[in-house]
Amino acid sequence: MENSKFDSVCAILDKYHRSPTKLISILREIQDEYGYLPEELMTFVSTAIGVSPASVFGVATFFSHFTLEPKGKHIIKVCDGTACHVKRSEDIILAIRKHLNLDAEHRTTEDRMFTLETVACLGACSLAPAVVVDGKVNGNMTPKAVLAIIDQVKEKEAAQDA
Amino acid sequence: MVKTPIVKVDNIDVPVEGERNLLEVIRKAHIELPTFCYHSEISVYGACRMCMVEVEGMGTVPACSTPPADGMVVKTETKKIRNMRKMIVELMLASHDQNCLTCPKSVDCRLQKIAKQLGVEKVRFKQVNKPVAKDFSSEAIIRDPNKCVLCGDCVRVCNEIQSVGVLDFANRGAAAKVTPCFNKGMGEVECVNCGQCVKICPVGALMPKYQIDDVWNAIHDESKLVVVQIAPAVRVAIGEYFGYGPGSVTIGQVVTALRMMGVDKVYDSSFSADLTVIEEGNEFLDRYTKKQNLPQFTSCCPAWIKFAEQYYPDMLSNLSSCRSPQQMFGSLAKDKLTRELGLKREDIVLVSIMPCTAKKFEAKREEFQVDGNPDVDYVLTTQELALMIRERGIDFNHLDPGSFDMPLGFKTGAGVIFGTTGGVSEAVLRYAADTIGRGMNNEFRQLRYGEGINVVEVEVNDIKLRLAVVSGLGNARKLMDKIRSGEEYFDLVEVMACCGGCVNGGGQPVADEPDTVKRRAKGLYDNDKMLQFHNSIENPYLRQIYDEDLTPEKAHHLLHTTYRNRKRISGENIVLNAATAEEAAEEKKLNLTICFGTSCFLRGSQQLYTQLMDYVREQGIEDITRFTASFCTEHCKKGPVLTVNGKVIEQCTFDRAKEEIKAALA
Repeated sequence: MENSKFDSVCAILDKYHRSPTKLISILREIQDEYGYLPEELMTFVSTAIGVSPASVFGVATFFSHFTLEPKGKHIIKVCDGTACHVKRSEDIILAIRKHLNLDAEHRTTEDRMFTLETVACLGACSLAPAVVVDGKVNGNMTPKAVLAIIDQVKEKEAAQDA
Repeated sequence: MVKTPIVKVDNIDVPVEGERNLLEVIRKAHIELPTFCYHSEISVYGACRMCMVEVEGMGTVPACSTPPADGMVVKTETKKIRNMRKMIVELMLASHDQNCLTCPKSVDCRLQKIAKQLGVEKVRFKQVNKPVAKDFSSEAIIRDPNKCVLCGDCVRVCNEIQSVGVLDFANRGAAAKVTPCFNKGMGEVECVNCGQCVKICPVGALMPKYQIDDVWNAIHDESKLVVVQIAPAVRVAIGEYFGYGPGSVTIGQVVTALRMMGVDKVYDSSFSADLTVIEEGNEFLDRYTKKQNLPQFTSCCPAWIKFAEQYYPDMLSNLSSCRSPQQMFGSLAKDKLTRELGLKREDIVLVSIMPCTAKKFEAKREEFQVDGNPDVDYVLTTQELALMIRERGIDFNHLDPGSFDMPLGFKTGAGVIFGTTGGVSEAVLRYAADTIGRGMNNEFRQLRYGEGINVVEVEVNDIKLRLAVVSGLGNARKLMDKIRSGEEYFDLVEVMACCGGCVNGGGQPVADEPDTVKRRAKGLYDNDKMLQFHNSIENPYLRQIYDEDLTPEKAHHLLHTTYRNRKRISGENIVLNAATAEEAAEEKKLNLTICFGTSCFLRGSQQLYTQLMDYVREQGIEDITRFTASFCTEHCKKGPVLTVNGKVIEQCTFDRAKEEIKAALA
């Protein structure tokens, strides 16, 4: 068993000297470790740095970078910035939701395989509409093309399990 | 000579004499600029934008956050500003539920008042808010997010004045809201129920949890004996609902009104305050003689008690073991009345009338119940009683005054001044001085009208006592930290959660005038003067009760209590050494739970955890071990706390932990 994740939380707190002014950095690193911000860890951070849990929660919900729910193994980011939006990124979003049985509130599939996120702008406007799957940017997307990419990921997962 | 800066406000020259911002200057010129988020005692926030004014050369600026400067020319009303203000109110109304007819805050609501003041006759914007469930989780306070206007007053008062920080903003933009952490209920978090947020909320988003219906039901139930106790601070404030100034004592009318409403017995909590003085005074003299558990902290304030239980678990033995006057009254009255009238506890409904929301929580504490029957059944705030008097159609102003029932309605002045900061200490000192000094009749005026932290040294028969009188939990925290670190030493410390004491409690009338709290306090001191006795020991009925059957054992049983460590936030434990949910759920041979609550954290639970994790790895027993972090196991005083297969080990050291693990695996 590798070093526990909790060890790294303690290390992160020590690294930032438990300073309340470093709250955002602390939360960011914890999220990198856990993939999301578990409630109990935010309580722990609050205790450690002397900020009320409500304020830690306020910061964690203010920035869209933070997520309070566990994310899926594969992250799909659909750009909905101006350029992508006029090139009908919404159709792509709706198609993915339908394909993975998600909606505006439920962004992660039940098997925790996929999380669908929309982002304001990826800076890849010339490729609009753009979709990032697991860190790889795919340009000039259509609903059909995105679903094909998702199915490829699914196939790979199935092959690994077998 | 330095020239006094002059600001021209609406063509009138106004001298600036220490005003911190334009708003104060404008108000000094007798112009009532509307505001939601400006309160002189908390930080300037500038959120509501109602106080926008035009300043020559600066354009439109918020008056609350603009410092005054010599030569400024200010216009508080122009066409542009008027339109803007009205639109702001309309926008607020568009995201407010507008159920004024059924809103308990109606009439006292600032949004309603300002809408009226500005002549808002219609709202041009579509209603945007989706109904959200109210939060009923707290015993003391109801939170209704549908009415919140996001002024942030509650956030700042809880954080800055009380240093608790239950509420804060979450999310952003149109989704922004005020909420306790993790969208939990007020009853599931560290809220101490002081109700200062209720008092400052300009709308009905934070309200006391009304028990009006329960009390009417009890009154209308012929089989119940309804007994009422009235706290000291109620008598100097309730009149404000009926046109009297703050500090006017209207207790006679209150008693008559209660009788008219159908209450069977009307008693005074000042009687049990007298009792508290004797019990707490004796406790103090005993501790002082033995030099044990000093300083002694007062225990009358239930918000302070919960605060101490959450944040100062190591100092709970310094709290006086005395129950608060409300609870002393409850246990004593139910004990006495059941015996004398041959009634069952269930047949007596004891109702407290309190200036306080936290008393509602206190009455529900398990310690104050006998076989599930509470000593105090219902707690009404001052405002609830005023509503009931109105509902009943009683013409309060023209009532002939009535007198309390005897014997539990008789009090000395010492019991009356409990309602203001410094009052408890003064009452206890009067008693202690008399006991030590034999017949001294001191008043200890130096304890009165203190703001924040009031440190007083008094001399009683060559004994020098060092006292601190604190009101406001933020002030209490500052003092507690100094006491804890040894920087300050006291013999007796009085703590009241609300600034100014109970007269400024969360259940009192909404006060707009800055001197309201002082006037209410003065009302109590004047009332003390008007009474025949000023030292609790002189209360003849109190002596009678002690002589009759209140043996020390019985007194201990009825009048004293214990405290416990209290977890701040409800929540689950987390498994530390599992990668997946399935792994976390597996049965393990060795289950270690380490507490990471505040107290244990300070006592080194993190180091213990690191050592134990290394140990478990060294021993190669990781696969059979489940490591869990809990966030307070409520054994704070003896932290760090480790639980090994269900066995709780307090003050756990690494060596001790190793032994226990070996034993568990053997």
